[in-house]
Amino acid sequence: MSVSVRIPTILRTYTGGSAEVSGEGATLRDVLAKLDSDYPGIGARILDESGKIRRFVNVYVGEEDVRFAQGLDTPAPDGTQISIIPAVAGG
Amino acid sequence: MSLPPLVEPADELTVDEVRRYSRHLIIPDVGMAGQKRLKNAKVLCVGAGGLGSPALLYLAAAGVGTLGIIDFDVVDESNLQRQVIHGQSDVGKPKAESAAASVREINPLVDVVIHNTALTTENVMEIFSGYDLIVDGTDNFATRYMVNDAAVLLGKPYVWGSIYRFDGQASVFWAEHGPCYRCLYPEPPPPGMVPSCAEGGVLGVLCASIGSIQVNEAIKLLTGIGEPLVGRLMIYDALEMKYRDVKVRKDPECVLCGKNPTVTQLLDDYEAFCGAISDEAAEAASGSTITALELKGMMDRGENIYVVDVREPNEYEIVSIPGATLIPKGEFLNGSALEKMPQDKKIVLHCKSGARSAEALAVVKDAGFSDAVHVGGGVLSWVKTVDPSLPSY
Repeated sequence: MSVSVRIPTILRTYTGGSAEVSGEGATLRDVLAKLDSDYPGIGARILDESGKIRRFVNVYVGEEDVRFAQGLDTPAPDGTQISIIPAVAGG
Repeated sequence: MSLPPLVEPADELTVDEVRRYSRHLIIPDVGMAGQKRLKNAKVLCVGAGGLGSPALLYLAAAGVGTLGIIDFDVVDESNLQRQVIHGQSDVGKPKAESAAASVREINPLVDVVIHNTALTTENVMEIFSGYDLIVDGTDNFATRYMVNDAAVLLGKPYVWGSIYRFDGQASVFWAEHGPCYRCLYPEPPPPGMVPSCAEGGVLGVLCASIGSIQVNEAIKLLTGIGEPLVGRLMIYDALEMKYRDVKVRKDPECVLCGKNPTVTQLLDDYEAFCGAISDEAAEAASGSTITALELKGMMDRGENIYVVDVREPNEYEIVSIPGATLIPKGEFLNGSALEKMPQDKKIVLHCKSGARSAEALAVVKDAGFSDAVHVGGGVLSWVKTVDPSLPSY
């Protein structure tokens, strides 16, 4: 399954500046694992030590916040856009 | 989902007001009724900085009757790249007063209320209670959670916006009709994980992009027109020039606005909730913090030290302490910097203002460099106390 993953500015140091990268996996968990193997270190910015999504980071599969879907087990259908949206506080 | 107007209309518009607001009055959706609602509206802008600048200018021009401005800070030259409500001659003046002067110049019909103070747990409820709507333009997580909690507890809507480099986010939080900020981000990031604009920078014009969305939503809420940004998060990427919106659900488990709330009043200490620096960093820095002047003394005496600048390369390029080696904080956090640390020299770490170097210090001490220290106040303090000819940023 091929998906696109939107990378926020704050994490683009890991993707060599790319705002969008392609990903693969049947579920969000698989997509994030593949993402971390492609861009080492990025996974730890999204997941905590116990492997859960950090509470100041929201991950959307399509338009849905996965916290209100099936979390990391949320399916990632072919062609879906996955967005990683961390909290920012600047003003 | 459309919502009823937040404000009742004022009795009438004067002839001057009709002339001034004619371009609003001839829009059927706004009209006399909408403009009278704006005239009766009381809006508070928290922060007269990047987001507050465009927000206040447009709220004033639009004819919002009462505009509150709260900011404790004074105008600094480094603000002028984006905080367009202030000018060169305002440098050194309180931001709330400088902003009020600009508002009066744009629209003398606005009643401006200046709160030249920091928003605190002691004053936030009282200040907010005098307004219909809050616009959040603050620059830190602690104040943002406090604004949210106070707004939810008082049952008031607020328009939230946030910016970093080329990214902006905006939403309307109104617990009565949708989610609150804690539904979107239940917990703040641990200290050091998300850089501020002072550390990471921000494109000046991004403030206008997000600030104008905030005013747009404020006007809609006040007059009851359109589809408010309740339950949606608007995400803007200035580099790609793309706006997207995603759903924000009300979290039934939200500690503040959920079914069984456990937060029923303001927290005692929002700084502690968000943590200025991590516990590890605070512990490492305790007793191991030197001043910039002390560092200068060590250099002058030719002491055997290794000075490391843990900022980013572009910051190093702006200004640096002579002789410092650049090794960004990230390399300490992932451990790769440790092999570059000399065993036979005292390690002195510094950053811009002392927070990042404290985080790096925790790593260095943990690796056994027990006599390592960091410079309190960082390179900014060096500029201030050792070499004022160097630039600050």
